[in-house]
Amino acid sequence: MDKKLIVSFLAIVSLVIVAPSPGWSQKAPIRIGFLAPVTGGGAAVGKDMTNAFTMSIEEIGMAYQGLSYQMAGRKVDVIIEDTQGDPAQALTKLRKLVENDNVHVVAGGFLASEGYALAPKIDEYRIPTLFPVVSADDLTQRKPVKWLVRTGWSSSQPNQPFGEYVAKTLGYKKIVTIAMDYAFGWEQVGGFQRTFEESGGQIVQKLWPPLGTTDFGPFLAQIKRDADAVFAVMVAASALRFPRQYQDAGLKARLPLIGGGTTFDEFVLPSLGDEAIGAITPLMYSAAIDTPVNKRFVKEYRAKYGKVPSYYSETCYNAARWIHEAAKAIGGNIEDREKFLAALRKVEIPDAPRGSIKLDAYGNPIQNIYVRKVEKKDGELWNTVIQTFPAVSQFWKYKPEEFLKQPVYDRNYPACKYC
Amino acid sequence: MTRALFSGPRVAVIIFLLLLISPPFLSSFILTLLTQALIYGILAMSLDIILGYTGLASLGHAAYFGLGAYSVGILATRYGAGFWVTLPAGVLLAVAVAAIFGLVALRATGVYFLMITLALGMVVWGLAHRWVTMTQGDNGISAIPRPDLGLPWSLAHSIPFYYFALAGFLIAFWILRVIVRSPFGQTLVGIRESESRMRTLGYHVWLHKYIGFVIAGGFGGFAGVLWAYYNGFVSPVDLQLATSVEVLLMVALGGRGTLLGPALGAGIIVFLKNLVSVYTHRWLLILGVVYIATIVYAPEGIVGAVRQWTRRATRGPLRSEA
Repeated sequence: MDKKLIVSFLAIVSLVIVAPSPGWSQKAPIRIGFLAPVTGGGAAVGKDMTNAFTMSIEEIGMAYQGLSYQMAGRKVDVIIEDTQGDPAQALTKLRKLVENDNVHVVAGGFLASEGYALAPKIDEYRIPTLFPVVSADDLTQRKPVKWLVRTGWSSSQPNQPFGEYVAKTLGYKKIVTIAMDYAFGWEQVGGFQRTFEESGGQIVQKLWPPLGTTDFGPFLAQIKRDADAVFAVMVAASALRFPRQYQDAGLKARLPLIGGGTTFDEFVLPSLGDEAIGAITPLMYSAAIDTPVNKRFVKEYRAKYGKVPSYYSETCYNAARWIHEAAKAIGGNIEDREKFLAALRKVEIPDAPRGSIKLDAYGNPIQNIYVRKVEKKDGELWNTVIQTFPAVSQFWKYKPEEFLKQPVYDRNYPACKYC
Repeated sequence: MTRALFSGPRVAVIIFLLLLISPPFLSSFILTLLTQALIYGILAMSLDIILGYTGLASLGHAAYFGLGAYSVGILATRYGAGFWVTLPAGVLLAVAVAAIFGLVALRATGVYFLMITLALGMVVWGLAHRWVTMTQGDNGISAIPRPDLGLPWSLAHSIPFYYFALAGFLIAFWILRVIVRSPFGQTLVGIRESESRMRTLGYHVWLHKYIGFVIAGGFGGFAGVLWAYYNGFVSPVDLQLATSVEVLLMVALGGRGTLLGPALGAGIIVFLKNLVSVYTHRWLLILGVVYIATIVYAPEGIVGAVRQWTRRATRGPLRSEA
């Protein structure tokens, strides 16, 4: 449906341009493939992703030629494909975008498994690809992908500074972790545990509810009551249920709740109640970041789609901008793939809604990490920023070479010394 | 009679000829879909042995598919094993697991059989999900290289791999056809129609069902082996419940107990899923309408409906055939 819309729009646009400036008018459109879970369990995320991406494309065009769907002097064709959150389907759609639609660049992807499935194929096709959401650590660490540019984050990135913050600033000494039992949960807990324990804290218990758990009762009952706080990593559906059950179990009053960024991100906040208030989590984005750029972004996104942008929206919004900056840098000549890839790696965005972003040598962004506290303002829940760690790399304060010698964060790494 | 043109063998031969000569003329994306359809076709045909011929609806068939695929994933990426190692390993593992599951599942029939196969399928799924050191859990196993058969054509390209899958499909089809047309296959049909009568006639009903179950598992594993090579990737999604249900629908759509019907159903669903979703995000709705229409207007599936239609016209004798 969207594709038809775009095609008809382009037709109108080409009619409107009577005398286009010479030099670029002959060039075929830039074709961008966008992969998102439009149907299936991740459909709501997919909506945030595609909305923000198209919004960004339109803004770029309006600023450039006064027309939507323009970029670096060329028309833009965005082809959105549905991955259903299924890695095999994501592969099929990547094949379609590259072999059938001859796209110049691909962006998107949702789950870590999609990322790992696409990675070898991306290199095989030599197709420049942006991952604004997929966060599996190793994609830019131990299993780097030449043609991949990650514009989002790595799972452990926000939690490494947060571990230090919790030990030193919040002053918690003993913490229980409860996290979804899959790679994303392990990497988030691992990053937190490492720096928290190096700063003098102790993880005294690790609980792993399976993915898809709806009743956390049995896990909440096990939580050691002599801890100082609970660190939770929940995603989407589980994040909607967990805070309420945590409160109902009588834990909220006894043990403060902190956690990974997705546990209380803007994607779930509107559906939560007062049980969320006071929770402290780190992420590279908060809709409450107090900068003019972000305020404008939140306002316009809200006006257009009727909801506060989540980090899925923010990262996909930037992905379109990223492609544009790279295309501009090489004069719109994105058919030269090597040059385009080099340009993509060199892009720096100083004024993204989330702040300044640039890539490290491994293709992961160096960006601000915000420590956020859920507060109620005008009847709505917001992630108020209470501390900013500027320009945080995926390796935190460690040397990349030494960091990479360690195994990837895992269910049992770092080991639970104080359990 | 024009309707006689639709007689099974003739249509089958035409389809096979088309499958054989068309690849160079197709876009590479359509070709990858055809390859997918062939592999899913094998899986659907294997399920047809128990669902269509024996009358047992299994909701855990993706487990064997996944076992075959994971065998390839683990052996090829970890030990660098070639096709001639992974193929028997994948098929034998699926056969072995089917042999164990069969002992448990075949104690029941009907809905209870459905529930037990569902549970057993979930066990395998859980293993893929949680046995991280072996399966890499939710992340899946990626970068599985395409097999090297020592042929002059590299299977890394889509056309040679298509013919590779087609060869696999034809071999599977031929063996399964021999099986369902054999006295053994006819006995399965007899059991489907009336278990008590077959028992009275002196057939060992349980053993027949058990062997059918194991054969179906083995061919499911074979499809899984091809699938892993095709995608270069395996994840728990490949053996989750939704995959089992999808295969069940392929069989129902194409026509139970017709062997080629399920393969046709697999083709239709693969193409609907991937082509319709290009044009509309409401593709699930269209898929739903197709299912409902099939159940209402062609309860015996597409091939079943066409057969009835031609039979009525030619007034041929009723045959029970493959």
